[in-house]
Amino acid sequence: MDISIFQIIWFVLWGVLWAVYFMLDGFVLGTGFMAGFLAKSDTEKRVLINAVGPVWDGNEVWLVTAGGATFAAFPTTYALMFSNLYSALILLLFALIVRGVSFEFRGKIDSPVWKKSWDTAIIVASFLPALLFGVAFGNIFKGIPMKNDFAAINFSYDGTLIGLLNSYGLLTGVLFVLLFAVHGSLYAAIKTTGDLSRRGEELANKLWLPLLVVAVAFLGYTYPATKLYDNFLKAPVLLIVPLIAVVSLLLVKVFIAKGSCHKAFLFSCLTIVFVVFTGVTGLFPNLIPSNIDPASNLTIFNSSSSLLTLQIMTVVAAIFVPIVICYKIWVYRIFRARVTNEEVLGNPEAY
Amino acid sequence: MNVVTLSQLQFAATGMFHWIFVPLTLGLSIMTAWMETKYVTTGDETWLRMTKFWGKLFLINFALGVVTGITMEFQFGLNWSEYSRYVGDIFGAPLAIEATLAFFLESVFIGVWIFGWNKISKKTHLVAIWLTAVATNVSALIILLANAWMQKPVGYVIRNGRAEMNDFLALLTNDYGLIKFVHTLMSGYALAAFVIMGVSAWHLLKDNETDFFKRSFKMAATWAFVASILVALTGDFHAAEIAEHQPEKFAAMESIWETKKNVGMSMLVFPDAKNERNAIESLTIPSLLSYMAFRETEGEIRGLKDYPKEMRPPVTPVFLSFRLMVGLGFFMIFSSLVGLVLSRKDNFTDNRLFLTIMVFAIPAPYLAQQLGWLVAELGRQPWIVYGVLKTADAVSKSITSTQVILSLLGFTVLYGMLGAIDIFLLVKYAKKGPDTDVSSIIQVQGRG
Repeated sequence: MDISIFQIIWFVLWGVLWAVYFMLDGFVLGTGFMAGFLAKSDTEKRVLINAVGPVWDGNEVWLVTAGGATFAAFPTTYALMFSNLYSALILLLFALIVRGVSFEFRGKIDSPVWKKSWDTAIIVASFLPALLFGVAFGNIFKGIPMKNDFAAINFSYDGTLIGLLNSYGLLTGVLFVLLFAVHGSLYAAIKTTGDLSRRGEELANKLWLPLLVVAVAFLGYTYPATKLYDNFLKAPVLLIVPLIAVVSLLLVKVFIAKGSCHKAFLFSCLTIVFVVFTGVTGLFPNLIPSNIDPASNLTIFNSSSSLLTLQIMTVVAAIFVPIVICYKIWVYRIFRARVTNEEVLGNPEAY
Repeated sequence: MNVVTLSQLQFAATGMFHWIFVPLTLGLSIMTAWMETKYVTTGDETWLRMTKFWGKLFLINFALGVVTGITMEFQFGLNWSEYSRYVGDIFGAPLAIEATLAFFLESVFIGVWIFGWNKISKKTHLVAIWLTAVATNVSALIILLANAWMQKPVGYVIRNGRAEMNDFLALLTNDYGLIKFVHTLMSGYALAAFVIMGVSAWHLLKDNETDFFKRSFKMAATWAFVASILVALTGDFHAAEIAEHQPEKFAAMESIWETKKNVGMSMLVFPDAKNERNAIESLTIPSLLSYMAFRETEGEIRGLKDYPKEMRPPVTPVFLSFRLMVGLGFFMIFSSLVGLVLSRKDNFTDNRLFLTIMVFAIPAPYLAQQLGWLVAELGRQPWIVYGVLKTADAVSKSITSTQVILSLLGFTVLYGMLGAIDIFLLVKYAKKGPDTDVSSIIQVQGRG
């Protein structure tokens, strides 16, 4: 088979890995930075952490896999993406590190000051990744100021951390934050009981309209700010992708109104996945475009690994990704019950 | 300082910090799985209490190992983008495979293990810890194969301005990596066993939970002795491999300046790098080094002077790290042997001097591990991929030294704080001792 088939397979997988990562870590980040609004007592905070406790680590691995897949399948993109966005990604890394240990550390010492510090850490270290991922993807959709000469192996970048905080990048950042806020609130609604669950439902309901407004603004601003629509104009059938995103977002509201948070959460998952797919579909065949020189775009063709590496990676992914999905579904089934105050208080193993 | 040096410092600092937590994870996961197996097969409550107690320390340690691992993966792109671009075709694959095959497994089943005590059956719960333990070990295998490729590159061809994979099997069966894997894994088991022995000794000195900690100590002494012997054996093979494939590194490890046959091993050596000789060199056992390197006394060892100065690894730190690591290795073999013999007797807790030594011996394997990585990585300089790519050519071009200074500062502060907290918590929970009541678990699992 021709190498381009594999390059396309890995482009699709690349999009899927990011989409699944945002869908899964989205609710962990969302419950994290919404914790202050959702949980009012120490017990409720613990319930919230324990609701994500069994799964957060496994969810974060989708990020590691997305990073690893970029490295293996598109090494030039991996190299330039990470080094060009150095400062932003370092900040992101710090936040993810703090977020991860906070869950483990918070309950280990029984002191109000200690717990309060980690509560703050969880909020900040969950909010920052949500915002930064949004800003990073906004800038990827828009293109970054790089000049790449692939034949001469000469690459240069002319951007700064402040430069990433442009209006479109920030708008995408806000979009991610609101998507995860609603997503996380709905997760709290379906995974906890009593007041906490009710507050999750209310917050999701309240934040839905701002999310819709930002989502519409994002779709509108994407036209002048990026070239994402080019692919959709060339093949209008692709419009089904953003359409599913929009319909899912509307259904989130419909099901919250009906009091059916499980279905609302399901459509919140679909919304996030199809928002990512919309961006990725618009990017194709670019992974990261340049906004100063189209010939400098990092595409799946000029930044990919060799045929052999792509073939081997395809076999590995074809075998192991389905296995991963199977045992992850099994784990979500084991922990499908709502987490209650009594359970957390009675269980010394709980966070 | 320039971007290369700063990035090297950052990689070394974050890598060594990551490695404070990884070996305990490698060893303690397997040993916790072992304890839980004993509990499930015998139904003996003490094994369950051991599983819970040592498992708790395992988890506090595990958290930091996981989050600092992500830094390692990202840093290749962040600071070493020329490296990533040049060798990504062959080096990226193992990292992606590690995530898909092993990291997912351990991260998902660790959640099942922590939160599943009262949700799944005894046997399923046991499977969860074994899957976690095996996955962490497989993780180590794949990452060490990737590292071995930087030491002894195989299965590639230079094409299209980069190193492209042409033999995946060669990468997976790189003997350098396989020996290194066993060496590293066994050192992890030994480290975990020394932690168990040290913590147990501390409690035994206080006459606290004597049966519990006697049993823990006895189990760990066996693991520690067997693992330490295997560390030494694989270390010997590994050194012979280095002598063959990375002669400069070998010469630096032993501080050999002149190329000679029949080289002896001196017990007392101190390098004088400036004058390209050894300031001290005595108590020499004739021909031993030649024999250890090439398995024949006539073996010719190439001295550092055969290489231009800029192609030599930094001799003094590599030599000292190697010597100290080997010394600590011998100490571990000896002390675990004593532990093994003494702990067979019922009254071994009367030997307070030995117990005290074992408490203070906890840092020894940690130090040995860090020194081992210093030998491996400093010894490869000036190469990042031995014989293929120089470290100086591998660094990202779009980053500035200011950026790296800031991130290095950030890592230092953040890691410093988290490391202090984690060690504080480990000590706190180690001193606290086991929970006395496990009846709730037994009740629930009995029903399950």
